[in-house]
Amino acid sequence: MQYMLLIYNDPALEPAYGTPEFEQMMSGYFAANEQMKADGVLRSGEGLQGVETATSLRLKAGKVETMDGPFAETREHLGGYYVIDVADLDAALRYAALIPSAAFGTIEVRPLMDYNPAS
Amino acid sequence: MTNPAPGPTSAIAIACELDRVMRADRGRLISALAAGLRDLSLAEEVLQEAAVSALTHWGRSGLPVSPAGWLLQVARRKAIDRLRGAARDTRKAQALTLLRAQDDAPDSDDIPDQRLRLIFACCHPALEPKSRIALTLRTVCGLTTPEIARAFLDTETTMGQRISRAKAKIAAAGIPFAVPEADQWPARLKTVLTTIYLIFTTGYVAGPEEPRDLCREAEYLMRLIDRLHPEDAEVEGALAMMLLTAARRAARIAPDGASLPPADQDRHLWDVVRISEGRAVLARAVARRQPGPFQIKAAIADCQMADPAPDWPQIAALYAALYRHEPTSVVALNAAVAMAEAGDPARGLAMVESLATDLADYQPWHAARAALLAATDARDEAAIAYGTAIALAPTSAEAQFLQHRLHALNAPQSGYCRIDDGD
Repeated sequence: MQYMLLIYNDPALEPAYGTPEFEQMMSGYFAANEQMKADGVLRSGEGLQGVETATSLRLKAGKVETMDGPFAETREHLGGYYVIDVADLDAALRYAALIPSAAFGTIEVRPLMDYNPAS
Repeated sequence: MTNPAPGPTSAIAIACELDRVMRADRGRLISALAAGLRDLSLAEEVLQEAAVSALTHWGRSGLPVSPAGWLLQVARRKAIDRLRGAARDTRKAQALTLLRAQDDAPDSDDIPDQRLRLIFACCHPALEPKSRIALTLRTVCGLTTPEIARAFLDTETTMGQRISRAKAKIAAAGIPFAVPEADQWPARLKTVLTTIYLIFTTGYVAGPEEPRDLCREAEYLMRLIDRLHPEDAEVEGALAMMLLTAARRAARIAPDGASLPPADQDRHLWDVVRISEGRAVLARAVARRQPGPFQIKAAIADCQMADPAPDWPQIAALYAALYRHEPTSVVALNAAVAMAEAGDPARGLAMVESLATDLADYQPWHAARAALLAATDARDEAAIAYGTAIALAPTSAEAQFLQHRLHALNAPQSGYCRIDDGD
């Protein structure tokens, strides 16, 4: 099954660039990436630029409305994701626990929609 | 598959036998089916269809040698028919391959017991705590949805929706029907044991008169886990705690309807068989030298029944040990009460007062505070605290117990308050 591991965190709680904690987080990400690649489960994964770069859009009566900022005004924002292909939720949770942001944010684990026709 | 010449079997006898098998073996059959299908709803549906087939088939050809084995094989074939259409879906194709392999197995009573896997799926931390309880009672214990709804004071509709949402999540989120691996085992086992303990306490508060006694169901589940995964210190600890608490069940309510702390209970009403079994199981657990919170709680339950009175210094020490495993305010509250009972009410009260922010909405905190204020001769404050505790009391028995204590404020004290009595 494919799962997306969505990385949510509060930028205020994230280690600052240049600190030893930041270095530790980056090496944690590196180790997680290497582990997922070595196990052959990593399908894709990206980090996102800060929420201050976000632009949101919706169509209202056919007209485009464009807004500054993210979809939801919350403290924790989507900061990146992985897509992994593993046997079941327990395996997905095991990889989610390797993501350093789990220590100061939240990792949401969601199965991908299966578009294979069921007929 | 059938007895050679059983003679005509009456429809009533067939229906009775089917009913018996479905009651006795439902959990085992569901778990065997679900483990391969990874879909609880489908497992239940095909078993139900197999039961319907059994009525006609057994009526015509007589009872099979192994009714449970017959049901399992027919249910598997029904699942194969259902999945055949969906074979392009990878997961379903896998289930289909597995089912076809199993179909060659003879239909004997030798059904592999997959209930441990089923229990771990039902008690998965990805499900809401209440759904874990409901799903375990439904699929492993075979309670009906109305019975579960009644136990949790929910409507049948609400409980039915909760159970189907949980089953849908197991299938969609890929919650495995598997015993967790070593790295996940301690945390996952704790979730299972806590779920079963919550079933137990719900039954303990409700009393044995309910149509389905949840204490018995919890004991059944704990014994099942102990049998399927023997020699685990925490499983044994949880079983021992349950037996030692259940042993006092008949004594926990006084003839006038008030609940009684262990120290005030009529010891003749304690169940000696459960006490000796509980102590033996606990001794076995402790000998494994793998301490854990459930073993400590079992030891506390045991010390409550020390002869001739609870061993409070030991209970206080055990709560301090428990706090290292579970640093929660509730454990700290129990530690404070034990400390007071062990002879230091002033220190106990100070500890209770320090928990005020965390536990202001927790009825036992008000009850404990009232008792310790009384013990330190702050009678006016004690009376006010008793008033709050009575107003928040979860059962009338508890309210009545506290009323007695309130009236006794001017009389000498015996025990301070009831703790850790299953609710």
